Amino acid sequence: MIVDTSTLSCPLPIMDHDTVQLAHGSGGSLSASLIEKLFLPRFDNAMLNQLEDQAVMELPACRLAFSTDSFVVDPIFFPGGDIGDLAINGTANDVCMSGAVPLYVSAAFIIEEGFAMESLHRILLSMEQAGKQAGVTVVTGDTKVVNKGSCDKIFITTTGLGSVPDGVMISAGGIQPGDKIILSGTIADHGMAVMTSRENLSFQTRIQSDTAALNGLVEKMIKTTTEIHAMRDPTRGGLATTLNEFASTSNVGIKLIEGNIPISPDVKGACEILGIDPLNVANEGKLVAAVPPDKVDAVLDAMRKHPLGRQAAIIGEAVTDHKGMVAGETLLGVSRIVDMPVGEQLPRIC
Amino acid sequence: MKYLDEYRDPTLAVKILEEIKNHVTQPWVIMEICGGQTHAIVRNGIDQVLQGKIELVHGPGCPVCVTPLETIDRAIDIAGRPEVIFCSFGDMLRVPGSAKDLFMVKSEGGDVRIVYSPLEAVRLARENPDREVVFFAVGFETTAPGNAMAVMQADKEGLNNFSEIVSHVLVPPAMKALLSSPDNRVQGYLAAGHVCSIMGYKEYEPIARQYKVPIVPTGFEPVDILEGLLMVVKQLEEDRHQVENQYVRVVRREGNKAARDIIQKVFKVTDRKWRGIGLLPASGLGICETYAAFDAEKKFSVDAIHVTEPDNCISGLVLQGLKKPVDCPAFGRECKPEHPLGATMVSSEGACAAYHKYHRN
Amino acid sequence: MCLAVPGKVIEIFEEAGLKMGRIDYAGTVNNACLEYVPEIQVGQYTVVHAGFALSVINEEEAVKSYEAWEELIETASQSGDGRYDDQLQTIRDLKENVEDDD
Repeated sequence: MIVDTSTLSCPLPIMDHDTVQLAHGSGGSLSASLIEKLFLPRFDNAMLNQLEDQAVMELPACRLAFSTDSFVVDPIFFPGGDIGDLAINGTANDVCMSGAVPLYVSAAFIIEEGFAMESLHRILLSMEQAGKQAGVTVVTGDTKVVNKGSCDKIFITTTGLGSVPDGVMISAGGIQPGDKIILSGTIADHGMAVMTSRENLSFQTRIQSDTAALNGLVEKMIKTTTEIHAMRDPTRGGLATTLNEFASTSNVGIKLIEGNIPISPDVKGACEILGIDPLNVANEGKLVAAVPPDKVDAVLDAMRKHPLGRQAAIIGEAVTDHKGMVAGETLLGVSRIVDMPVGEQLPRIC
Repeated sequence: MKYLDEYRDPTLAVKILEEIKNHVTQPWVIMEICGGQTHAIVRNGIDQVLQGKIELVHGPGCPVCVTPLETIDRAIDIAGRPEVIFCSFGDMLRVPGSAKDLFMVKSEGGDVRIVYSPLEAVRLARENPDREVVFFAVGFETTAPGNAMAVMQADKEGLNNFSEIVSHVLVPPAMKALLSSPDNRVQGYLAAGHVCSIMGYKEYEPIARQYKVPIVPTGFEPVDILEGLLMVVKQLEEDRHQVENQYVRVVRREGNKAARDIIQKVFKVTDRKWRGIGLLPASGLGICETYAAFDAEKKFSVDAIHVTEPDNCISGLVLQGLKKPVDCPAFGRECKPEHPLGATMVSSEGACAAYHKYHRN
Repeated sequence: MCLAVPGKVIEIFEEAGLKMGRIDYAGTVNNACLEYVPEIQVGQYTVVHAGFALSVINEEEAVKSYEAWEELIETASQSGDGRYDDQLQTIRDLKENVEDDD
């Protein structure tokens, strides 16, 4: 979901400083003022507002899903999102890939001294917006300010807690031969949005990060059937990495139909120029699921009715051959290995 | 994408494949010079579908793979200096030097940056007058004009804080060296289309005549490569040895004169070491006297760094087409993309990396 | 050895004394140096390697290849089961597409 936070009618509150100072993280009065003026209005809720050292909550009797993730994206503002909504969506997604409904989030900020107050405000606004969309509440948090050069602008760590509905058992190890592999939409949008917005590449693109919370989509899928054998969001390392994890954890082979994988022409063009395989590029609002063949139509149907699953497609199948490996079919009809990338994706000339 | 997608069309590819099979009466040995073509061949399984008809051997056309260890070590030495902003194409960062690679230099605090164009490095020199900007100018004839232009531009702007480590290599001397080898088995060549877009293919005509080998400048998509192979096979079957152009939409016989002129202005032909192969006379480009001030190896006095290549890796034989990656006892065991023994396992164009990525078993 | 990608020139300009162009690759636009293709016009296609245009794509030659493919597929489709019909149409569209673009 794309939210242009710059148009939201919420101006930066009047602060004593234009930039974040070491004292803003030292626990004294400046810390208190920062929390009160900038953070609390954004995450406004009863548990947080008490400003205790912890959030105390009643939980329904259920299994819990619990996940944590750190966000260090560079640049912190990129087309389609920023480090703030990424931090909320990323953790909501990690929680809901178990089928859970994400409920509560903690957020810890490490800020480099000198960071613009206005940028921090913008990030918090987009976290607020993302939280509302995902239906999660930020109930506890922490802010530290470090010396210039000790971190790069701002790092955010979020931890999420969610409740897993009865009868739902989803893990990367549950895939059976014959299961169909479903992808919820186009690949490589986030990674290419970030890469093409790095200053030294001077690209002009319409590519937007796909950052979005997937729990609404997951809910629709689970309503259709609880028989989803595996589900994961293909973030770093891209679709190729997630499929390889599926194959090795479930000890099945995965036959990939590359032609069925949705990709936007802009993203494809950018990948071609930089010599990057879109299968290896990060997504932040997509999921891959393994579903038994008799349920696949219903699940696909439900997904396509949701805004985040409109382009959902069957991109492969679990097989008993080549266990632990992912194989694609080349245009000449022979199979090839689809491997995990070794390291970071780098633009190349050859 | 126009001029790309149509050359990946499965029906057409299969048709041309059938044509090749119809023409082949005996198994031919054909080399694709260029690593980009190796990558496309292995990725699309062209070598697999032609088994028994054509044996494809993979040539030395990967600049990352043939850049000598010595040059990598010199680059690493310069990149680690505090006054230097070291710029490189992304490809070179993972190539192992004797002790480390450029990524490790970066993690140790070196200012190592990836650029997409050499002109970006010139821009950095302009914007950082108090730093030394060094560009790692590797590549074949295709990349040489851009790297030469960067030097000229820096000169024009009076940027004396810009310099290049030039390690350019040339295709024809390598081809001649391979063809003159007593072990040579190659009967026909796919020449690298993008190199020919600059150099044209007149240079290849005497080679085709002298060594009696068909040479076909070829593009990089699967339909291009299959068409190129078909053209080589037809010549072989008819006992012809000519240069025929497959990549007609991009390559002209005379090449690109404007680009060649600037190569001649800035660079001069020199002897060059090829990693895994050794010294080949007149097989590379270096900065000429007029622009000597832009030669980073002189500027930073790293000429004294000399190293010899380790011999635990058969990449030299792979680059000469004498061995296949799978013939190496270390392949997929001690030598993997995560910890490569030789450069052919590093670049995605390297034959070993391509085999490892697409058909390990 | 040299990754180079075809794109369409949508604007020509000068920067630091160099002839530059904005190149459109199916929606993603990036700058390239056009010094080596001084004859290039807006609307023409080029192949770009490491930020430099290598050559102007020869559309006449491209159409000739499409015609050769057409012939190849036509010969195949004379066997008469119609399975190459879609293919033929695609190639004919490509040809027209190039001609329209001029």
